[in-house]
Amino acid sequence: MDAQLFKAGDRVAIGASGGKDSTVLAYVMKVLNERYQYGLELFLLSIDEGITGYRDDSLETVKRNKEQYQMPLKILSYEELYGWTMDAVVAQIGKKNNCTFCGVFRRQALDRGAMSLGVDHIVTGHNADDIAETVLMNIMRGDIARLGRCTAICTQGEDTIKRSKPFKYAYEKEIVMYAYFKKLDYFSTECIYSPDAYRGHARAFLKDLEAARPSAIIDIIHSGEAFEVREEVKAGQKAQQTCVRCGYMSSNAVCKACVLLEGLERGRPKAEIGD
Amino acid sequence: MSTPPTLTINVEFGGGLELLFANQRKYQLSIPVLIPPDTTATPPSGSAPPPILSKPADITFLIRYLKENHLKERPELFVEGETVRPGILVLVNDTDWELEGEGDYALKEGDEIVFISTLHGG
Repeated sequence: MDAQLFKAGDRVAIGASGGKDSTVLAYVMKVLNERYQYGLELFLLSIDEGITGYRDDSLETVKRNKEQYQMPLKILSYEELYGWTMDAVVAQIGKKNNCTFCGVFRRQALDRGAMSLGVDHIVTGHNADDIAETVLMNIMRGDIARLGRCTAICTQGEDTIKRSKPFKYAYEKEIVMYAYFKKLDYFSTECIYSPDAYRGHARAFLKDLEAARPSAIIDIIHSGEAFEVREEVKAGQKAQQTCVRCGYMSSNAVCKACVLLEGLERGRPKAEIGD
Repeated sequence: MSTPPTLTINVEFGGGLELLFANQRKYQLSIPVLIPPDTTATPPSGSAPPPILSKPADITFLIRYLKENHLKERPELFVEGETVRPGILVLVNDTDWELEGEGDYALKEGDEIVFISTLHGG
């Protein structure tokens, strides 16, 4: 690994969803750690978003992986962290835009889980296809700040835990093939709330691009990496601060998760009257 | 008239695709050895002679055959035009079909064809 992601003695949490990417990641990390004596202490960290018929089933896969790979597993739920399951969020706001909630919550949840495990580093199973999708989405949304950092293999804020994506150059196809030939036990169902998500469009577009030009994915990642944000633009961006409510890092006084939660809480009485 | 010769092939679905095929992962199929050369043409009606069977059955034929005979729901998640939807991997006897001529690969007795969806399960 050229990027020198790990050093001996690191405690590393693998963000595990039970899906193919994180299952392959957990397996590969275990194999490499043992074969080349990386000296890492590995943990599985799962987030239970509270999606009945989806995450409950995929967490069963993670629990099997825990036995198969002999790694400690920590599961943290949205319900215990935020008081809301995704089922409850969707019941309130509908299927549109619910992925925003889920994404914002998950990011924080992973950090909080990692803190409670006392790890130095979180690795996630994002593959090359995912990164290329994200580059496209950030361009289409005009999100300069994220465009600048979404292709980095490793990100570390001042007081956040280091995060990295070891599979950033691994095609989704390679991961699926690997899982197939290794007969790995993974869960493969699309999230029941995501079909309308913005990412789905980027994904379909990317697959069509790849069909026309096989190198499209790696080309897009390369473009993303080559993107330089001008200093004047950077200066205009908000500095990182900590949320006044929960203390999590934020680009505003109140972090996105707290803003979203406040909106949900405000809507709650209405929902109760509706019952 | 004798029945046209058939081949036996094994088909397997993975990565969630089995859900579109009655949640059955493995199928053993008997398909014709030869198919009409222009598989898109509709057979002529009435007394016209049956089309000459001259082309070996290939994977493009298999995809259409699966769609017409076994696919139970949401065909758009499996096929796109004459081929599989982008993002579905096809293995011919454990080899990527891209190395075997993709849809033009001529099926042989006992072939194992695997279709795996790469859709997100994360």
